[in-house]
Amino acid sequence: MAKSAMLPKINLVISNLLDANKGLKAVIKKELADHLSGKRFIILSSLIVVTCLAALYVAASTIRTSVGQNELDFVFLKLFTTSGSSLPFSFISFVSFLGPLVGLTMGFDAINGERDRGTLSRILSQPIYRDAFINGKFISGVIVLTIAIFGLGFLVAGLGLLFFGIPPSLSEVLRIITYLITSIIYISFWLSLSILFSLLFRQSSTSALAGIAVWLFLAIFAGLLAGMVADGIYPVTDSSDVDRILANSRLKQNLSRLSPSTLYDEATTTLLNPTIRTLGPVLLQQTFGAIKGPLSFGQSLLLIWPQLIGLIAATLICFAISYIIFMRQEIRA
Amino acid sequence: MTVEKEIIVETVGLTKKYGEITAVDNLNLKVEKGSIYGLLGPNGAGKTTTILMLLGLTEPTSGQALVAGYDATRNPLQVKSLVGYLPDNVGFYQELTGKDNLHYTAALNGLSKLEAEKRIHKALERVGLKKAGNRKVGEYSRGMRQRLGIADVLVKDPQLIIMDEPTLGIDPEGVQELLDIITSLARDDGRTVLISSHLLHQIQQICDKVGIFVKGNLIASGSVDQLGQQLFRGKLLQLELKTEPAGETLIQLCKSIDGVKSITKQGDLLVLECSSDIRNQLLEKLIYEKYRLLHLCLRSISLDSIYLRYFQKEEGHYGQISYVAKNQLGNQ
Repeated sequence: MAKSAMLPKINLVISNLLDANKGLKAVIKKELADHLSGKRFIILSSLIVVTCLAALYVAASTIRTSVGQNELDFVFLKLFTTSGSSLPFSFISFVSFLGPLVGLTMGFDAINGERDRGTLSRILSQPIYRDAFINGKFISGVIVLTIAIFGLGFLVAGLGLLFFGIPPSLSEVLRIITYLITSIIYISFWLSLSILFSLLFRQSSTSALAGIAVWLFLAIFAGLLAGMVADGIYPVTDSSDVDRILANSRLKQNLSRLSPSTLYDEATTTLLNPTIRTLGPVLLQQTFGAIKGPLSFGQSLLLIWPQLIGLIAATLICFAISYIIFMRQEIRA
Repeated sequence: MTVEKEIIVETVGLTKKYGEITAVDNLNLKVEKGSIYGLLGPNGAGKTTTILMLLGLTEPTSGQALVAGYDATRNPLQVKSLVGYLPDNVGFYQELTGKDNLHYTAALNGLSKLEAEKRIHKALERVGLKKAGNRKVGEYSRGMRQRLGIADVLVKDPQLIIMDEPTLGIDPEGVQELLDIITSLARDDGRTVLISSHLLHQIQQICDKVGIFVKGNLIASGSVDQLGQQLFRGKLLQLELKTEPAGETLIQLCKSIDGVKSITKQGDLLVLECSSDIRNQLLEKLIYEKYRLLHLCLRSISLDSIYLRYFQKEEGHYGQISYVAKNQLGNQ
């Protein structure tokens, strides 16, 4: 009874939302069709599927040889985190490295491409609110990402089942699903960043280049730079005291946490390695008395909660800036 | 007896400034329902800005733009559902078919699938793209794309159609087809059409009224005849004349007619300035003297000369435009 009363209510809420965002549904539909049938998407997703399957294969064969020697816990999660000698990348490092590229390719010409083709002024002269257009673009991007990431994750998990014949435990399933959701948020950050660039730059090639520059900077140089700054402020020598070394490594870590890539890497490694108990530097005396063993899912989640919030905030801030710019921008071609 | 016609577009002191530059300056425009109104002016005169303000896509710095009584800034959705806009250089999604593009427009307008299908079929038929509807827009020629643009506007079934430079870059035959379609939109359907253009002849053919737009100011508005009378009242009429054989004897002949004040040569045309319309007398004399008449035109009522006059008043910047207009004159 209660259930049947709820349903029309939800429908009402959704239809109210759509009314308030006239045209949103049509834009989302169109963009979804564009993404899913576009060559760009097919190329990218096949690239990622191939690399991830390679990572999976290497991980599977490495695990086979090592299982039994070490503990048997969380074998299923190891599927995502193990790298082998023939391929020094694991599944999660591939997603962490290539994910931004997916987000960037999906959004780099979102607005300036429409402007170039002369479709922007035609679409916006239809009776829709202006924000329906940019909202629709972002939402459809996130939907496509959700489909792709979940598809990929479950593909790997399914193949893992076939390889090992060991079913995942409940906490493993929860961890994998949280990992996938985190990945969606992370790639959405890159999507919203690329939408922002597509508003800031008139040429889609410029916005693509800007996106790639930021990606490479954050993926490769940001950590290096954080280390350099930290060493500059708190120089550490062999004879430095504990406080100084701690200050140095804390500063380094906090600086590199400005980058969403760091946040994401910290979040995902913690999620998929239940043995990780802390992300910052730990003194030996702090571990005194700690009981050895993996963290529960809830505790892991608690550990990376700030990272998750940071990622969501970065995504929303980028999108909010794009939104404001788009609402104020001149429409003329 | 004159009947007051309903006004569909009205701007009151509409002004748009971009920093120091005033793109549209205190514009007061009125367009009657069911008419074809031509907004004429050189590039950068503020035509497109005006159109964007009428659609509520750009906010005016001050003043109001009213479409069918709705303020375009405050009620953009109502305005946009009444107005079909064909931007200059209209773009479509290349990888979709013409029909799919129109379906998207229909969806954005909240039409049901059935209604959309009906309207799209009708619109495509009307602009002559019935067969091409299932082809990808990437394969369309420019003229076809422009016609698809009109179909796109028609799907919406608007009361007012605004076209920005609809004939730019289209071959003469295509232009004629396009103009025929535009005319029928106003005459057969009773829609109001607002065309912005700098191509005078094409506009002159179909417009009931024109407004001349220079540097953000509407400096004249009315029917082509009215404008001519306004402008040339008390002034000398200009006659263009070309005959075979030309030469000194012809000039002598012209001078002998009463009312001819001066004769100048412009290219292979003779331009006579006269105080009254002397075309009849001139013709009689020419025939009597066995001249072959190649060209005779009273300049004052052609839109070109009106346009030219206005731009000559504005010294400096519009010299180039006047030059173009002159060239077009020569080709007449």
